[in-house]
Amino acid sequence: MKRRDFVGLTGLGAGALFLPSLPGFGHTPVDPARLLEPGADVIVKKRLADAAMNAAKTAGATYADVRIGRSLNQYVFTREKQVQNIVSTESYGVGIRVLVDGCWGFASTSVVTEASLAATASAAVDIAKANRLVMKVPVQLAAQQGYGEVSWKTPIQQSAFEVPIKQKVDLLLAANAAALDAGANYINSGLFQVNEQKYFASTDGSYIDQDVHRLWPTFNATAVDTKSGKFRSRESLSAPVGLGFEYLTPNAAEQVRGPLGTDTVGYKLRYDMLADAALAGKQAKAKLTMKSVTPGKYDLVLDPAHLGLTIHESVGHPTELDRVLGYEANYAGTSFATLEWKAKNLPYGSKEVNIVADKLQPGSVGNVGYDDEGVKTREWDIIKEGKLVNYQKIRDQAHIVGQKESDGCAYAQSWEDVQFQRMPNISLRPGKAKMSVDDMIKGVDKGIYIAGAGSFSIDQQRFNFQFGGQLFFAIEKGKITEPLEDVAYQSNTQEFWGACAGSCDQSDYRLFGTFFDGKGQPAQVSSVSHGSATTRFNGVNVINTARKV
Amino acid sequence: MAILSQTEAQDILKKVLSYSTSDECEATLNGSISGNVRSARNTISTAGTADNVSLAVQSRFGKRSGVATCNEFDEASLRRCVQRAEEIAKLAPESPEYVPFLGPQKYLASPASFAQRTADITPDYRAQQIGASMALCEAKKLSSAAFFSDSSGFVAKRNTKGLEAYQRLTNLDFTITVRTPDGTGSGYAIANFSDLAKFDAARLTRVAADKAASSVKARAIEPGKYTVILEPAAAVEMLSNMMRSMDARNADEGRSFLSKKGGGNRKGDKLFDERVTIYSDPTNAEIPDLTFSGDGRAQQKVTWIEKGVVKNLYSSQFWAQKSGSPDIPPPGGWIMEGGTQSTADLIKGTAKGILVTRLWYIRAVDPQTLLYTGLTRDGTFYIENGQIKFPVKNFRFNESPVIMLNNLEAVGKPVRLGGNLVPPLKIRDFTFTSLSDAV
Repeated sequence: MKRRDFVGLTGLGAGALFLPSLPGFGHTPVDPARLLEPGADVIVKKRLADAAMNAAKTAGATYADVRIGRSLNQYVFTREKQVQNIVSTESYGVGIRVLVDGCWGFASTSVVTEASLAATASAAVDIAKANRLVMKVPVQLAAQQGYGEVSWKTPIQQSAFEVPIKQKVDLLLAANAAALDAGANYINSGLFQVNEQKYFASTDGSYIDQDVHRLWPTFNATAVDTKSGKFRSRESLSAPVGLGFEYLTPNAAEQVRGPLGTDTVGYKLRYDMLADAALAGKQAKAKLTMKSVTPGKYDLVLDPAHLGLTIHESVGHPTELDRVLGYEANYAGTSFATLEWKAKNLPYGSKEVNIVADKLQPGSVGNVGYDDEGVKTREWDIIKEGKLVNYQKIRDQAHIVGQKESDGCAYAQSWEDVQFQRMPNISLRPGKAKMSVDDMIKGVDKGIYIAGAGSFSIDQQRFNFQFGGQLFFAIEKGKITEPLEDVAYQSNTQEFWGACAGSCDQSDYRLFGTFFDGKGQPAQVSSVSHGSATTRFNGVNVINTARKV
Repeated sequence: MAILSQTEAQDILKKVLSYSTSDECEATLNGSISGNVRSARNTISTAGTADNVSLAVQSRFGKRSGVATCNEFDEASLRRCVQRAEEIAKLAPESPEYVPFLGPQKYLASPASFAQRTADITPDYRAQQIGASMALCEAKKLSSAAFFSDSSGFVAKRNTKGLEAYQRLTNLDFTITVRTPDGTGSGYAIANFSDLAKFDAARLTRVAADKAASSVKARAIEPGKYTVILEPAAAVEMLSNMMRSMDARNADEGRSFLSKKGGGNRKGDKLFDERVTIYSDPTNAEIPDLTFSGDGRAQQKVTWIEKGVVKNLYSSQFWAQKSGSPDIPPPGGWIMEGGTQSTADLIKGTAKGILVTRLWYIRAVDPQTLLYTGLTRDGTFYIENGQIKFPVKNFRFNESPVIMLNNLEAVGKPVRLGGNLVPPLKIRDFTFTSLSDAV
């Protein structure tokens, strides 16, 4: 699903309440029962892919890959006591990418027949040939072994599509009721369920069949004080996950109590939506009268459900090799962490900072067996003891940094979009020494504990950023004293990670995630997770965001 | 599939409705052919085309509603699509916000929304335009990254209450970022048109290249409150964010910058400088737009803000009926009235100030006050005595369009951007809160 559709669908975005405009989806709404039907058989898909690849080669392609995609989505949206929309969509089609004399060409079609695929392959070749006229540097693809016929499936316990819609609606309405009972005046809630059935074939000899599942329950609870005209919201502390419906079965072993004095709860691979909604209702109401923060320097103690977004923006994006090289200069931007910068061996952060890339973590939304170029996924270090050691790459970039193979970071949001380099999971390794969040706070003299992700903004080279959050608590002399409002911190990537004073241990490690990381022109979204344990940053500049209009 | 004519589209829709057994049925056809090419580092990085037509059928039994779509148009497929919508409707819960489909509507004509020249763009043409743009930059020893995309399409709608609508649209977008080889200078230009005739890639490339060359060796000046000239590309998103927040229901529910203390909304209140007038008009020759909304309501000329006073809020049909407020759909593009001065004229009339080419990564900080944060990008310059003196380092800002439009010093001549007509704005006391090293 595309980001604008998300905003339009959920009603979570301001003013976006016009749900019936379905033709704009890009995906086809279907009967929910259809989501349980199997897609085309791999034998059929192999035959179709071979037809497309043969046509591409005949037309002059030296390489071709064919992605036969079937995307199944179901979204359930509610507000307060009612269902706003239940949408089941299906999108089926084929994207064909070809290389002709070192130039890429791409075309896609929703007509999935051998004849249509051959015509589409030929259209892709025509585009590559048109571009050949202005080509400067031919594409160099890193060698890739063919895997033959293989398959992979997200390790889920229960497909969300098998759960009756009524059960999902009842859960969301119960969460709404819990928030409203606890003090919220309004609540929007939603449940996103995604199943990508992806078949990838390439002239390298791979035929890869994957069945990828993702899930995201979320809400936004708002409290209004009509008398003062003030309103405040608290969003869900859930994460998008690479799990089945089992994520929504609460399990005490998968919960992490927040610091003493905060009343907050963090979630690992199981989420208690009702408990979180009740807490959100209470907290949204309390926010109406919380103390406004005094600006200044504070030691920040950042919860994983908050820190994940800061990792995403300040480490995930600057270490994407396409940005580093300038391929995103006209849109998402470039990066301060250029090849020249890396060669200087300058510190990215303190010695406490160890950042790892992967597409393997169970429960993460980045978890797949193979990327969209047919490369088996892996894990590798990005930052070791504060030094940048590597980037994120795909096949046509590997040679630029002297690497023989891709990292497996290619992704396309659907069959109709071309694959390009996208962020894998980028995570901060937890501390090795035993440390709880209470232990960490004991050492802080003047600080703020922040939970949940809020407003976020960073410049196009990833130096200067500003982040808000959902919940803020003052720390004085080693103790949480009171909740705060109007908090945002501004810093610089190297300064911020240089001020990293260490993380809690593995027992506190949790995944943050997003379904809607945007990049590219035409813009595409991808899903990514970021793991971390609660982490301390010393002396960060905090501003007060309250204004009068 | 080609762009269907009004007759071809309505014939399909009539056939679809004839298969309906529900209380109400509405069918919408939506098709587009689009193409794009993207370049970076003076070479083409990706290029592609997409061709989609889809039919959406919404069937209703009482207050139960179901939707299905298909993209095959033989009789059996159309029949199946209607049956599926009806099956889903029978299973759906009743909607407490049900509003019947609209009957026959009168729509304005906006023929300029489709330009054959745009529909005729080929992959060769795209490659040539990007190629010429790259050559200009290479000649100046600059590096360019650009994106050219175009589309032509149609929307057709029909329902069992007698509503009938059809319109064709074309659109093209071009953006270019030009950088110096050492990465110390960056410039940007953007254009958006319905008609290819108005497009000039070379002119836009020269604007971005000049900005890149003149933005090297940027000086750091202290963040704080400055008089700024926001070029249209800098003003557009802040204003669009505000326009997207003019929903009546959110305001009435107390969760909008337009909510009134004690209840209700701020329609009729003067919230902005009296030079602020913003309206929408789907027949405007510069930004021809769809003359009907997704739910079939007619798009008319609507004044949203007049001389600083909030005149109208948009609403869903349900909320309009429930609250008794005017039934106005959200607009497509909007037009902010301005004067005759260009950005260059505004610079001439400025004693001290900062010229901002564009704003970037704008995100809401506080919906209560419409406070946004973001950064300047791709050409930020210090102005003194009516002249650009030197480039300055980029800033982070924390500012609200509501405050901006109260601190208005001058409004220039509007230009088309993102389907809107946006003037350059001169604003005093614009709040920059920190410096960025980003170029």
